[in-house]
Amino acid sequence: MPLDANTPDLRTEFKSVGTRPNRPDGVDKVTGRARFGADFSAPGQLVGLVLRSPHAHARIKSIDTSAAEALPGVKAVITYKDIPEQEGCDKDVLVNIMARGTALYDGHAVAAVAATDAAVARKALKLIKVDYKVLKHVTDVDEAMKPSAPVLHPGRFEPVDYNSLETASHVSGKQETKTKTREGSNIAGRYVFGHGDVDKGFKQADIIVEHEFKTEATHQGYIEPHACVASVSSDGMAELWVCTQGPFMVRDVCASLLGMDVSRLRVTPSEIGGGFGGKTTVFIEPVALALSRKAGKPVKVVMSRSEVFRCTGPTSSASMWVKIGAKKDGTFVAADAVLKYQGGAFPGSPVEMGAMCAFACYDLRNVRIVGYDVVTNRPKQAAYRAPGAPMSAFAVEGVIGEIADKLGIDAIDIRLKNAAKEGTVSSYGPTFGPVGLVETLEAAKAHKNYKVKLGKNQGRGVASGFWFNFAGNTCVSINLNVDGTLALALGTVDIGGSRASMCLMAAEELGIAYDDVRAIIADTSSLGYNDISEGSRVTFSSGLATIKAVRDLKKRMCGRAAKIWGIPEDAVKWENGAAHPAGANAGGFDPLSIKEIAAQASATGGPLAGHYEINAEGAGPSFATHVCDVEVDPETGAMKVLRYLVVQDAGKAIHPSYVEGQYQGGAVQGIGWVLNEEYFYGKDGTLQNAGFLDYRIPVCSDVPMIDTVIVEVPNPGHPYGVRGVGETSIVPPLACVANAVSSAIGVRARTLPMSPPKVLAAIEGVAASKA
Amino acid sequence: MSAVHVSTKINGDDVEFVCRPDESLLDVLRDRLGMTGSKEGCGTGDCGSCSVTLDGRLVCSCLVMGAEVGGHEIGTIEGMAQGDKLHPLQQKFLEGAALQCGICTPGFLIAARALLERNMDPTETEVRYWLAGNLCRCTGYDKIVRAVMDTAKDMRKAAAKSSAKKPAAKKSPAKKTAKKGARHAA
Amino acid sequence: MRYEAPDTIKAAVGLLSKAKGTSRILAGGTDLLVQMRSGMVEPDLVVNIKGIPGMRDIVADKGGYRIGAAVSGAELEEHGKVGQMWPGVVEATNLIGSTQIQGRATMVGNLCNASPAADSVPAMIAAGATARVVGPKRTRDVPVESIATAPGKTSLAKGEFVSSVFLPKPPARTGSAYLRFIPRTEMDIAVVAAGIAMTLNAKGVITAARVSLGAVAARALLVDACAEAIIGSTLDDAALDRLAAAASAAAKPITDKRGTVEFRTKVAGVLARRAAVIAYDRARG
Repeated sequence: MPLDANTPDLRTEFKSVGTRPNRPDGVDKVTGRARFGADFSAPGQLVGLVLRSPHAHARIKSIDTSAAEALPGVKAVITYKDIPEQEGCDKDVLVNIMARGTALYDGHAVAAVAATDAAVARKALKLIKVDYKVLKHVTDVDEAMKPSAPVLHPGRFEPVDYNSLETASHVSGKQETKTKTREGSNIAGRYVFGHGDVDKGFKQADIIVEHEFKTEATHQGYIEPHACVASVSSDGMAELWVCTQGPFMVRDVCASLLGMDVSRLRVTPSEIGGGFGGKTTVFIEPVALALSRKAGKPVKVVMSRSEVFRCTGPTSSASMWVKIGAKKDGTFVAADAVLKYQGGAFPGSPVEMGAMCAFACYDLRNVRIVGYDVVTNRPKQAAYRAPGAPMSAFAVEGVIGEIADKLGIDAIDIRLKNAAKEGTVSSYGPTFGPVGLVETLEAAKAHKNYKVKLGKNQGRGVASGFWFNFAGNTCVSINLNVDGTLALALGTVDIGGSRASMCLMAAEELGIAYDDVRAIIADTSSLGYNDISEGSRVTFSSGLATIKAVRDLKKRMCGRAAKIWGIPEDAVKWENGAAHPAGANAGGFDPLSIKEIAAQASATGGPLAGHYEINAEGAGPSFATHVCDVEVDPETGAMKVLRYLVVQDAGKAIHPSYVEGQYQGGAVQGIGWVLNEEYFYGKDGTLQNAGFLDYRIPVCSDVPMIDTVIVEVPNPGHPYGVRGVGETSIVPPLACVANAVSSAIGVRARTLPMSPPKVLAAIEGVAASKA
Repeated sequence: MSAVHVSTKINGDDVEFVCRPDESLLDVLRDRLGMTGSKEGCGTGDCGSCSVTLDGRLVCSCLVMGAEVGGHEIGTIEGMAQGDKLHPLQQKFLEGAALQCGICTPGFLIAARALLERNMDPTETEVRYWLAGNLCRCTGYDKIVRAVMDTAKDMRKAAAKSSAKKPAAKKSPAKKTAKKGARHAA
Repeated sequence: MRYEAPDTIKAAVGLLSKAKGTSRILAGGTDLLVQMRSGMVEPDLVVNIKGIPGMRDIVADKGGYRIGAAVSGAELEEHGKVGQMWPGVVEATNLIGSTQIQGRATMVGNLCNASPAADSVPAMIAAGATARVVGPKRTRDVPVESIATAPGKTSLAKGEFVSSVFLPKPPARTGSAYLRFIPRTEMDIAVVAAGIAMTLNAKGVITAARVSLGAVAARALLVDACAEAIIGSTLDDAALDRLAAAASAAAKPITDKRGTVEFRTKVAGVLARRAAVIAYDRARG
């Protein structure tokens, strides 16, 4: 096996990789010792709290903070005036962290206080007088696109000619006639993907199925609320301890918003209690820094659960139309879709990625997807696990399920017939390399769950899903300690066990024991820039950089051995944790183990370390196929998930337990999305269920064991074949469960969540139409 | 607001503290006593991350007033391991990858221990209903439930071994969980 | 805010009577602390009654049981005998929240929180339970259905609180049951609920019945029409149909984040029917 740093060869045999050791951060986490965001405290810290808009849309006529400032114990009160706009900052983020002139959603930050304790801070919030003029609001995506809707950002987005808009209402002929408004529109962006001739394609179809679908916004639902401690000194040096998926992003964004040199702000990430994309931006962090700057003391800000729901970023709600044409044998001849995603009060809904993923599972000659990014009076959306993809998959896989039913073709067979494979030109442009969709479909079909006989009111659903997987900026250091153990410094926050995976890869590459490598997540002053832990990029990118950093270290260690032996560097090779003479001509030296080289490091030239930095490319997409069985109570609409199977391509599973964990966790989040989770707004545009009680994420007794099959079709872009695994698992469940319910009771759910009242109404509708 | 002086016992140690009456036991543990192993996920008793035992009874510490624990005994995650020896549940969670981010883990461990102290042979349904007040967003619960069941199995084996000398260990019923599961199925 | 933990009922009543502003009783605390946390209630006085003798006791009384105001759901369940006598009541109480909540939440707290969706209340109403109200003037026993008047509102006067609930001795061949609908399997507030108690004669004919519906009106309802629908029957299909129709007819629900009018109306009938079948089986023994 060649191990030269420049050889891209794919390793296929492993000693450490693929085993299931305990994670290095595990003992701290089972003993309560691990420090999460709210577990940090700074000596002399103040408590920071944020005052938030009670209105969905309101002009802020005035803010009077004088009474709050006069309250004993209050050390700072801030409004947008204390965070003046800096040149080059992201204006939307600036406005989102503190309203400027207009409150754009229920929960929008309006002011903040820092006080000696929580009771004083709460009292101070009540003393801030805000004079609002309530404005007309809109929270529904279809309503927001109408010319009659209140415009959130007058003059910002181009006026739209509604007559030429390809929207679902256009397709179904229910169009509004009014054209163009002077204030512009709420349509912040339009995206088009596809190839071929869709109209021509549909003419070849024996069957065409088209429907409209709606999904409600869901929240990532991480159990740890956002928390940080900010400390700004009088010399302008600042430190921030924070739970985030991207400490470097937090540093750069906060510095930019507050007009600081990046070098003056050091961000230390805490352990993170879940993120799922929701901790890829800033909310309270710049506010805490601004409070600390004004108060001259450290300030700790911890969100309440209700703030998490009201003010952080859930994902988009979506309104979609999908049309697919097929031949009698199940071959798809054309596919068309219009996707409308609202991303809250600012542009940036994940509709572009939703559009790219919509038909990515299939080999299509004629395909078109149009996506609209729409703003509404809701909190600014944030990424949520495979952002944008689960919604479009819900619509597409639902239509495919119906086509399969109508043609009498097995749900897996129809997908196999049309599956994307190596060489397929994807619906969003690129041509796929080696991908594993067919392998997941075949494994699902062979699984025992697919053969279980179903009873009365029970049904089975199938759905597939796709996610690109990200790569990006990554920087890793590995330091050889005096005793031959290693310290691995990573810049990507560990959100689900990635330190264990990195240690496995380092151990594999060095040929040493897993326990001899310990990984830490470094602060922003200790490593070069790293992109956020998002897009299923960590095991791929940091893994790649870890392997390359280890190769760098190995090269240096071989150099030391060469020095000791007095032979040329290229006459030394690394094998099984030791330097060896490369061949008979190199000389008959006994191997020098990593421990021996470490012991002599000082005498042979000083400390030894390896390093690697890259803007990585070559992430391999991951496909999945899910199968689930449900039982429906026809009298109440209650649903029970009986069995659930996830089959997904991991490329190479570094730590299989945590790969399974990603599959299982994604599936259950998806089950929550389809069954009960939703952002429920009142008529006044305020969120009615801002708590775990009424938001209803799945509890332990709601779900069965989640069966998993790890398919491994290696990604040629990674030395070990790794693909990301974190996100694809949430893409199929929405459609998978909906298809199962349809098979159980003949009711096709096209509006999520398919909560019992909706299912019961649909059952009664079917019964009434039959009667 | 008049502060209250409280003498109590936490993980077997005598502890005294002063708190405001509006502070929860969780606030006291985290902010006054520096015991941050119990987590606040909601503050409203809906997530179980702050689970502790109060006189041996499983409760959410966010729903207990700090002022009312005088004379009672509290058990927290910090007291679960004996010195450097992990509790069998802690060991099994670690080995079985029953945690991803780890924020809910202390709550699950305290809750699972309370279950196994009452019922060493729970069914999967009993485990799931007992733990329904503990939210986990990462794992899908699969590996958590397995870790609890596996620990119970090990504890039964150990009990059987020691019962070779002593009278047989009796299975104490977890009636509540059994009934709840059965009722929902009905 | 002041915190007091008196050790007699008299002292507690004295504190509550004299208190200015908002006073709250701390029994289980599972509603109070949530309301304080959200800012919904900012009490000037909290009176912890757990230390008052009798508050944590379950006492056999006149063939039935008197349950102290601070008895938790878990303690009630572990008692065993109350559950044998009134399974519907104990099951309903044990449905409130999680295992953790069960360690704290009390039946009396559930009653006095006056939520229309309180799980234990329809079951208590069906069982014919009475609440003992202590106060500055006198002590009185009232039917539990008279405590809640509207969401969050009770008929208790200033200085009064409920010190216990009494579950009477049921006649022979009596069965009870409680069912609720929630979208998840646990950790939810009832969207619709039905509590039933019925007594049979030796031939299996229903001679008496009490049916109560939860979460379909501003407070739990005692629905005579439901009882009338099954009294005199052996709970045959026709009686069950009459019961379901009467329950749906009595339901006057609202549409909110937890359910719709249509859903609650329909499912009130479904649950009444299902609960009746369980209660009937239990009555037959």
